[in-house]
Amino acid sequence: MVEWTDFERQTIAGIFAKIDYETTGATALARCLIVYPWTQRYFGNFGNLYNAGAIKINPLIAKHGTIIVHGLDRALKNLDNIKDAYTELSVLHSDKLHVDPDNFRLFSDCLTLTLAAQMGADFNADVQAAFQKFMLVVVSALKRQYH
Amino acid sequence: MSLTDKDKDTVRLFWAKVAGNTEAVGTNALYRMLTVYPQTKTYFAHWKDLGRGSANIRKHGKTIVNGIGAAVAKIDDLQKGLLTLSELHAFQLRVDPTNFKILNHCLLVVLAITFPAEFTPEAHVAVDKFLAAVALALSEKYR
Repeated sequence: MVEWTDFERQTIAGIFAKIDYETTGATALARCLIVYPWTQRYFGNFGNLYNAGAIKINPLIAKHGTIIVHGLDRALKNLDNIKDAYTELSVLHSDKLHVDPDNFRLFSDCLTLTLAAQMGADFNADVQAAFQKFMLVVVSALKRQYH
Repeated sequence: MSLTDKDKDTVRLFWAKVAGNTEAVGTNALYRMLTVYPQTKTYFAHWKDLGRGSANIRKHGKTIVNGIGAAVAKIDDLQKGLLTLSELHAFQLRVDPTNFKILNHCLLVVLAITFPAEFTPEAHVAVDKFLAAVALALSEKYR
């Protein structure tokens, strides 16, 4: 079981209380598809991803970004058992979606940078450490059911 | 994933903005790295003060970011341009090259915070590629 300090719990809760799921999710996913273009392989049915401009205004991508970030709510609500909370989603990503788990790290980095840009100086070193630890735990849980 | 001409132009343009801010960006990135990735502190056991405002961190942060700025000027041949620095890191400092990626990530976070409007996805991909190329050039003499 992962040990969370009070600071980490408060910080993570605080971040999610303040984020605008729509904007943050959309921005993070668009960034991921632009900065790591090979991630587009999973979005063949999402319409026009021809260039950065198109990706940024693609409504299907925006909607999906929101879904992904909402997917993190599960961890927020189950901080003391993230491993089990993500069993189902892990099986989904492995057996149905066939997503290379390295992509979880790539998206996580883009989400981190999106938050950094939004939060500015509030995203200090300790906040970054707490958030990255949180994402590392979620990513690890998502990888668990791969076989 | 080599740098296209467009990448190089984007990096030059973006880094011009960083140029006025080297100590702040460098200090922030270095302190962040030591905090978020505590294993990196093993390279700085000889520093007494690893606190936020430490003189060591400010000086070294500035050195690093100035070094990257110098690499921007040599962007057309990073391997040749960074040869001496590569020898330094390989033979004297012997920093495990994984840490280059870690520092690069922290730099990107600081750039996102400091330049939220300018650090667009387009700038991000170019800078990310550039920093990866710098890391590769720094690793050149390792073995």
